[in-house]
Amino acid sequence: MSHTGRNIVIGGEAGQGLVTIGQMLTRALIRSGYEVVVSQDYMSRVRGGHNTYSIRVHDAPIAAPADAMDVLVALNQETVSLHKHELAEGGIVILDAGLDPEGARAVPVPFKDVAPRPIFENVAALGVLGSLLGVDRPTMEGLVRETFGKKGDKVVGQNMKVLDDAWKWAEAHRASCAALPAPKGAKGRMMLHGNEAIALGALAAGVKFCSFYPMTPATSVAQELITKGRKLGVVVEQAEDEIAAINMALGATYAGAKALVPTSGGGFALMTEGVSLAGVMEAPVVIVLAQRPGPATGLPTRTEQADLNLALYAGHGEFPRAILAPATIEDCFHLTHAAFDLTERFQTPVFVLTDQYLSDSYRAVVPFDLDALPPVAEPDFSPGGGPKFKRYKRYELTESGVSPRKVPGFTETLVLADCHEHTEQGNITEDADLRTAMNDKRLRKGEGLHKLVIPPRVSGDAKPDLMLVCWGSSEGPVGEAAEMLRARGRTVGVMSFTQVWPLDPAQFLPALQAAKEVVCVEGNATGQFARLLRQETGFEVSRTLLRYDGRIFTPGWLAERLG
Amino acid sequence: MDIEVYGEYKKTAWCPGCGNHDVMKAVRQALAGLDLAPNKVAHVSGIGQAAKAPHYIDLNGFNGLHGRGLPPAQAIKLCNPELTVIAQSGDGCNYGEGGNHFLAAIRRNVDMTLLVHDNQIYGLTKGQASPTTPEGQITKSQPDGVRNAPFNPIAVAVAMKCSFVARSFSGNIPHLVEMIQLAIRHKGFALVDLFSPCVSFNKVNTFGWYKQRCQELPEDYDPTDWAAAMQVAQEFGERIPIGVIYRNDRPTLDASLPVLQKGPLGRQPVDKDGLRALMQSYT
Repeated sequence: MSHTGRNIVIGGEAGQGLVTIGQMLTRALIRSGYEVVVSQDYMSRVRGGHNTYSIRVHDAPIAAPADAMDVLVALNQETVSLHKHELAEGGIVILDAGLDPEGARAVPVPFKDVAPRPIFENVAALGVLGSLLGVDRPTMEGLVRETFGKKGDKVVGQNMKVLDDAWKWAEAHRASCAALPAPKGAKGRMMLHGNEAIALGALAAGVKFCSFYPMTPATSVAQELITKGRKLGVVVEQAEDEIAAINMALGATYAGAKALVPTSGGGFALMTEGVSLAGVMEAPVVIVLAQRPGPATGLPTRTEQADLNLALYAGHGEFPRAILAPATIEDCFHLTHAAFDLTERFQTPVFVLTDQYLSDSYRAVVPFDLDALPPVAEPDFSPGGGPKFKRYKRYELTESGVSPRKVPGFTETLVLADCHEHTEQGNITEDADLRTAMNDKRLRKGEGLHKLVIPPRVSGDAKPDLMLVCWGSSEGPVGEAAEMLRARGRTVGVMSFTQVWPLDPAQFLPALQAAKEVVCVEGNATGQFARLLRQETGFEVSRTLLRYDGRIFTPGWLAERLG
Repeated sequence: MDIEVYGEYKKTAWCPGCGNHDVMKAVRQALAGLDLAPNKVAHVSGIGQAAKAPHYIDLNGFNGLHGRGLPPAQAIKLCNPELTVIAQSGDGCNYGEGGNHFLAAIRRNVDMTLLVHDNQIYGLTKGQASPTTPEGQITKSQPDGVRNAPFNPIAVAVAMKCSFVARSFSGNIPHLVEMIQLAIRHKGFALVDLFSPCVSFNKVNTFGWYKQRCQELPEDYDPTDWAAAMQVAQEFGERIPIGVIYRNDRPTLDASLPVLQKGPLGRQPVDKDGLRALMQSYT
């Protein structure tokens, strides 16, 4: 295998089954022990249009999508026309014998002969792909059996025959495509995308309530909790709107249940008043903000990192918050778990800021070790702790700013959560001194959050000529771009922030200052993180490298512009 | 339960003569009569004059945002079914800013009670038309008279087959106590639209105006007769019927969730074995 692995792209119209082929092939590759990075590029429509499902496969760990295509599976003519120029040297197009390869190296498949009916063409394509790539055949057969098992033996038998015919047909064409080298990865790994990992992280942290209004690319977080989390005791409610969703979540945490609210930019914009409510009410809530390009409806199914400022400043008034930005699928799990601990501990909103690319990107992930997870803070469920049938000091002025959070019904004392400025008992006040004291108390929790800031991951050369700064999902592509530049003789470091608020300059400023040139790579048009860095540290990056066309970063795209 | 247990707050932000004082009396009496311990009740509100209620009674309280009382109220019940959930707010909060939540709550049918202080005006913001202000009424902000047709909460709720729909009046405390108790006892989303006159900003729909019009439904009225309830819901003139206008026994959302049979969600531990099995399903 080349040092970049192999990139298999399936393209066609929505509804043609490209996702089905992609999912099954990805699972077969992961089960066989390969590393994968899946990127899904789709249009906002259920039928028609042009979508691709890309699987970069490697025998060694990878963390980024690839630039060129090695195998293009074209389910229609448009796919050939759009992508033939993106084929790598030696790349091939697999297409129906009735389509025109337009001059590209092609493996025309007589699908009509291999598949008795069009419904079987997906499995036929899978058989051809599996055979050409040299995927372990029993693994693929097991997958077909599993996928169609619930439809009965007859359907399984029909599909197995199609797989077998396609496999055999392709054997005669093996010369056109080099087989994958032997896999090296472990068995028993999960095929997981970012949103699934977030749902698992939330479950591991003890999430009990999720309220949501459907919005791409965040919906699958809630969907995972509906399909799989309900058995684990989670109540998921589809709210009438995002305003209801976040206000429900605050009711849930008031009642002692850990709550999650997944959404995307436009939906989150509606939630901002609720974020402010969480701030003053000192209510825990974890908000998953999966970014997509705006403004407004923007490019609804594509990716961007332009809602950092929105997450930073959402909500009127002043109150502390934390924003975590996972770079990997493992981060999605661990940082969501950490977000629940932070929000319970500091009783203030905590964000998990992701994007469409990471939300939908499947990887091979080792099942998480639940026993190795740190404990998650809990509210005080104990009885007593305040005057019987009178309000206890829910907002007691403390040194840390964190007040005891009791849960209504578990104690004889009464809990009053309030949206106004309030007394220690939660009653409305307009007292100037108390207002100041309460505001200071809430902001003191920010100091506690500051002590727990996750430092950026710094890798590559120390004191480099070039330091690449990034946050969130761009870490993988940036890291690989750095390798490409190093191969050209440059010294390159990478600083990847997985927590973007608050920032602790002591953790990273010396490393930035030691670099000759610092370039901040971001998926937005205004360099929001670079500005935040300057605001918090006075440090000005040498330049920004920005992408805001809705497409994902790839190592080649970056290296070309950093060269 | 001794009524004193819910406290009595002499100092409130409400004007002397405001209907809210009588509503609070009725709420206390209703709770005492039902023997509800203050720590087993979650009392939720939004913003408005009525929405200050959680500060003037000793119950667990959640004073949320304007129009947003219902979403947290429902979630509280869905997370702790052992709590009796009562939301209290005005006509602006529930029928204006929170209109979508009102419709959704009727459809969702969580077991809780909504007390809407309906004074047909905005009191806290000093006298603008509310969704229930009659057409043509002159206010400070609608100097040529209200142009919008009024919202009929009873007709909407009955049309949507809301689980329990009642109307009452702060000037008839025994009736109001009875309505609140029936609403709390009812399994399902229970709406009590209660007239609570604003003495400062509504000079039309005054205490006397309501007193003259509110008439209890006859003994033989059948609130399970939906068509009859739709008729009654239209009556808003010289006579305004008060009482239980409509009810049904649609199953509640909370009762349909098996996980809630195990008690409050917050105390249920992480099912690690279940989660490990779940992770296996991704392999």
